[in-house]
Amino acid sequence: MKFFREESPSKKQAVERLRLILVHDRAKVSTGLLELLRGEIINAISKYVEIDENEIEIELNANDSKAELVANIPVVRVRRAIE
Amino acid sequence: MAGRVVVVTSGKGGVGKTTTVANIGTGLALRHKKVVMIDADIGLRNLDVVMGLENRIVYDLVDVAEKTCRSINKALIKDKRLSNLFLLPAAQTRNKDAITPDQMIEIVEGLKEEFDYILIDCPAGIERGFNNAVAAATEAIVVTTPEVSAVRDADRIIGLLQEKEIYEPLLVLNRLRPEMVRKGDMMDVDDINDILAIKLLGIVPDDEEIIISTNKGEPAVLNSHSKAGEAFRNIVKRLEGEEVPFMPINGETGLFGKFLKLMHGK
Ligand SMILES: Nc1ncnc2c1ncn2[C@@H]1O[C@H](COP(=O)(O)OP(=O)(O)OP(=O)(O)O)[C@@H](O)[C@H]1O
Ligand SMILES: [Mg+2]
Repeated sequence: MKFFREESPSKKQAVERLRLILVHDRAKVSTGLLELLRGEIINAISKYVEIDENEIEIELNANDSKAELVANIPVVRVRRAIE
Repeated sequence: MAGRVVVVTSGKGGVGKTTTVANIGTGLALRHKKVVMIDADIGLRNLDVVMGLENRIVYDLVDVAEKTCRSINKALIKDKRLSNLFLLPAAQTRNKDAITPDQMIEIVEGLKEEFDYILIDCPAGIERGFNNAVAAATEAIVVTTPEVSAVRDADRIIGLLQEKEIYEPLLVLNRLRPEMVRKGDMMDVDDINDILAIKLLGIVPDDEEIIISTNKGEPAVLNSHSKAGEAFRNIVKRLEGEEVPFMPINGETGLFGKFLKLMHGK
């Protein structure tokens, strides 16, 4: 027998859904966000590996449970051991 | 000193912008501020009805913009109850294109010297009407309800306000239902604060007094027994720079509620 209802998850769902929605909304609205990221990623990675800058793909993907930044970065060659 | 120009906006329709303008305007006037409320919702005017002033309208915002009426003072409607509170009504038979942001700025400039507060009731949406309403404002109040779609739209509006160089909008969380929050079926103020990350101006409970007061054309802030009225009185104080603790929002009533809380160990 149950006297008290278990805490309903509907608010948790609301918060979680909102969080994901806003990841997308904000990323789309702030044009240049992905471009900026792209530039910085190229800078960071180029120190260690030579990459094909023209073939880089950076996307924001989401499904029902999470949002993720997916980067596809073709490597041309790895630089020699870095001291 | 020139008055404060505050736009009340939301993105999503029907979340309580007009109610908020009427109550804050009236609340400020009760504190002896000289206040004018501008209904910028052209084509769907409402603020006159909420204030109970619908029978007194002669000229409207568009008449002022087009200079159909000789002076802006002719278009200002004095409140029934408070002699330092005025309404500049929206046109009902025109649409949002009937005025421009520049005209809005000119009108507000003309009012700034005379009034302590100029409150602008923004229409829903992010198009022309929004741009007009925001053009002259230097401060903003964003109204939302604790629902996913309303909070989402509020977030969008906060971004658009930034583009208009209004960087610190204040949040009014309207229609909170404490009982639902307690059961975990409604986002509470912490959840929304966490998501929107702007300064909280106040929390207004869902209250049937709002509907009753709208029926009568008397803002709830005038009613000392209304919970929503009390929330708006606190909002007005905070807007004026007073530190007012936020009303405890807990759904339980009386002993049984306290007992429940004990049982849950919270
Ligand atoms: N705290 C509240 N408790 C109960 N009812 C409320 C509350 N706030 C607003 N309402 C009701 O919700 C409805 C919409 O409110 P209001 O007209 O203020 O919203 P709005 O944002 O101005 O809408 P619009 O986008 O159409 O201009 C009205 O019927 C009003 O009485
Ligand atoms: Mg309205």
